[in-house]
Amino acid sequence: MPSTRFGYPLFAMLAAVTIWIGGAAAQTTITSDPPASFTLGNGLQVVVIPDHRTPVVTEMVWYKVGSADETAGKSGLAHFLEHLMFKGTSKHPAGEFSKTVLRVGGNENAFTSTDYTGYFQRVPREQLATMMEFEADRMTGLILKDENVLPERDVVLEEYNMRVANNPDARLTEQIMAALYLNHPYGRPVIGWHQEIEKLDRDDALAFYRRFYAPNNAILVIAGDVDAKDIRPMAEQTFGKVAPQPSIPAERLRPQEPVPIAPRTVTLSDPRAEQPNMRRYYLVPSATTAAAGESAALDVLAQLMGGGSNSYLYRALVVDRPLAVNAGAAYQSTALDPTQFMISAAPRPGVEFPQIEQVIDDVIAEVVNNPIRAEDLERVKTQLIAEAIYAQDSQETLARWYGGALTTGLSIEDIRSWPDRIKAVTAAQVRDAAQKWLVKTRSVTGYLVKDNAPKREEKRS
Amino acid sequence: MNDLFSRVGQIAAKTGARRTAMRLALCLLMLPLAAAPSRAAAKIQHLVSPGGIEAWFVQDATVPLIAMEYAFGGGADQDPADKPGVSNLVADTLDEGSGDLDSRSFHERLDRRAIELSFTSSRDHFRGSLRMLKDTKDEAFDLLRTALTSPHFDSVDVERIQSQIISGLRRDSSNPSALAGRKFLELAFGDHHPYGRPVTGTLESVARIDIADLKDYTSRVLAKDTLRIAVVGDVDAATLGSLLDRTFGGLPAKSSLTPVADIDAAKPPQRAFIPLDVPQTVVTFGGPGLKRHDPDFMAGYVVNYILGGAGLSSRLYREVREKRGLAYSVYESLLWMDHSALFVGNTGTRADRAGETVDAIDEEVRRMAEDGPTQQELDEAKSYLKGSQMLALDNSSKLASALLQYQLDQLPIDYIEKRNGIVDAVTLEDAKRAARRLWGQGLLTVIVGHAPQAAAVPASAVPPAAPN
Repeated sequence: MPSTRFGYPLFAMLAAVTIWIGGAAAQTTITSDPPASFTLGNGLQVVVIPDHRTPVVTEMVWYKVGSADETAGKSGLAHFLEHLMFKGTSKHPAGEFSKTVLRVGGNENAFTSTDYTGYFQRVPREQLATMMEFEADRMTGLILKDENVLPERDVVLEEYNMRVANNPDARLTEQIMAALYLNHPYGRPVIGWHQEIEKLDRDDALAFYRRFYAPNNAILVIAGDVDAKDIRPMAEQTFGKVAPQPSIPAERLRPQEPVPIAPRTVTLSDPRAEQPNMRRYYLVPSATTAAAGESAALDVLAQLMGGGSNSYLYRALVVDRPLAVNAGAAYQSTALDPTQFMISAAPRPGVEFPQIEQVIDDVIAEVVNNPIRAEDLERVKTQLIAEAIYAQDSQETLARWYGGALTTGLSIEDIRSWPDRIKAVTAAQVRDAAQKWLVKTRSVTGYLVKDNAPKREEKRS
Repeated sequence: MNDLFSRVGQIAAKTGARRTAMRLALCLLMLPLAAAPSRAAAKIQHLVSPGGIEAWFVQDATVPLIAMEYAFGGGADQDPADKPGVSNLVADTLDEGSGDLDSRSFHERLDRRAIELSFTSSRDHFRGSLRMLKDTKDEAFDLLRTALTSPHFDSVDVERIQSQIISGLRRDSSNPSALAGRKFLELAFGDHHPYGRPVTGTLESVARIDIADLKDYTSRVLAKDTLRIAVVGDVDAATLGSLLDRTFGGLPAKSSLTPVADIDAAKPPQRAFIPLDVPQTVVTFGGPGLKRHDPDFMAGYVVNYILGGAGLSSRLYREVREKRGLAYSVYESLLWMDHSALFVGNTGTRADRAGETVDAIDEEVRRMAEDGPTQQELDEAKSYLKGSQMLALDNSSKLASALLQYQLDQLPIDYIEKRNGIVDAVTLEDAKRAARRLWGQGLLTVIVGHAPQAAAVPASAVPPAAPN
């Protein structure tokens, strides 16, 4: 999209109800080959996903570093560095990489999440070697000057204004996340807190870069019209020449959450909140931290409760009783550490939040106390598994699924077997997941309401 | 996760409820960018079913799915003048029960087979999209048939969807981008032409739409004579032909459309200001564009890419974002419709420097109109536009959307092969001429936010418009 050059860095954390299915790629009923994977001598993992329909290739480099790896007080640094990665190296001055991508009709972008930072180009297949040379070069060769860094910080502040400050729903998300995580850095916004973004500088960015950007902390995903056997020599000649950074710990240990003991609520009043909204986030295990089968059960639970017009919440709140204009649920499975299960509803005019919450609680109680109808379970599982087939239609989607999963501690096999794990989910497992995790003490409920206070005097200079 | 426009995470809502006139307008821009000879695209067939239904079709069994995109002539431009939003409401209610299925059963049938069925209304067309796993094609096409030919429009379902659209419109009423988009179209086309009215309607108009309006719309618009279809996926021509006959064969032969007059967008320069207490000021700018079959269209397309297209190379990106740090996003695109054409750009900029941003954009537009691009810029733009063909068509839905758009644009079936030659033929003289035509008169500018610094407002600016 022309409107977002550095794309959707925050989408993982700002997306409230977008259904994000954890790792899912190949269904067993599909005869697609598993991606090839190998590791270079310097520790770089390479994953190759062939797709020969179009002579196009996607190169993605994923670094195992995100906002949750920042030092306290430097929030937004991972994302700021992502922007600065386009400012050139000693070998390739600012703009040369991007110009090369455009000259061949390609596109590029980058994204930052809590656990990873990624860079990609989509180009005609014969350009892959050039792209690999550029991408390997900027893994350690970045040159930053204040004349580039300072205007870019203003750009990031405008990105903050566009995504967060101008958007009451995004402001509510920040408050909910901060309240949900008492100790873990997931409570910090990926884009950072405004007063900390405005102080980030060149030295901060370079220190973070040197600490985390290295082949042994990265995954290269190549998807498209390529032969896996051609990729290894190309990778050796480019990325293979970059020295590893031995001081990067193999394990990413962040401060963990204490057992939650109190339900929390936050209320954000905003004069622009013309449609009130409530969302409840529960702290739940991610695909990486969950016990066997539990994450798949949460996937099914989210779809059952809040995925579309047939979901229990939509029916109860929107169709059967006209209490809400919309209702949904989502489970953010892709995360290194414990993650969120989200429920949302937008009340109709005149409906109070307690009426909505009563119905939500009833729906959860229903799932916990009564057997799930076999036909509902079947429908939901079919939809989830179909997502994995539809994903095969897009090399970019596949590359994203693999990259996101592999940088949050999952394996290729975990991704490929996801449809099987969904198939294996039983009604009892879904019930158990609801009973164990959708517990109020584990949750923060956020309310967005209109601030009707008289408007302050506008300052004019 | 399924389409290009869902990537920026937002609060989920029924798709229609969040649409605004401008978002739709901008979405329209994206499709024609997609012109690409992929291997699949090289095998486009012109399929005519036994019953005479035509489709552009690519058979591809790589992934076991089928994607179909189709459109009827007549979109929001067929809404009654005093009730904008009818076609949009139809798009959101056609899947709420039809034939012998009520709303709940219809949605159950779709989800049970993971069939993705949706409708959207744009200014000139009523569009539909259907995606299915190949084994569910009979049911998928059958559900579509009933939705198109015997929708229920039960009052309780219509009211529910209406409440969702109204909720989205309430949200938009304090959203600076939505406000700017609406105001821009109003400024460009006035309220006497359908293009000046919002596709999603207004808080006031949507509440007044009744079931008779929906039925009147479908009976006039959903007909075979204006239907255009594109299909990509794992199905053979004979099977597809019979599916198309069963699905669309029962529609009336002839539509009965209200004629829409051609209209030129208002002459720049003009400026409107909507005060809103937001940290970031939104600026939408534009003016009269080039229609799709204008001889200068491709020259305009190329030079527009140089001024405001995707990527680091655009002049607006360099001047506004990179050099000055004034904005995260700044771009401009061409938008063509059946009865008019525009160029439209957008940026969001910090409130205390909005004047500087508007001035910088004005200056770049003026410079391009007066001097045109350099030969090097032209060469690089052509190189990008030629190479990008292939990339735009790398999945079934994107390819189907592009094949539909070419039909709506009345381009030949071999356009994909011809397009690079047309790009190549654009000379520096052509680009300069197109630049003068597009930007020589300045800009229609809408500013939403805090009032820009007085010094930045040129003397020629019209007084701030009242908020609406």
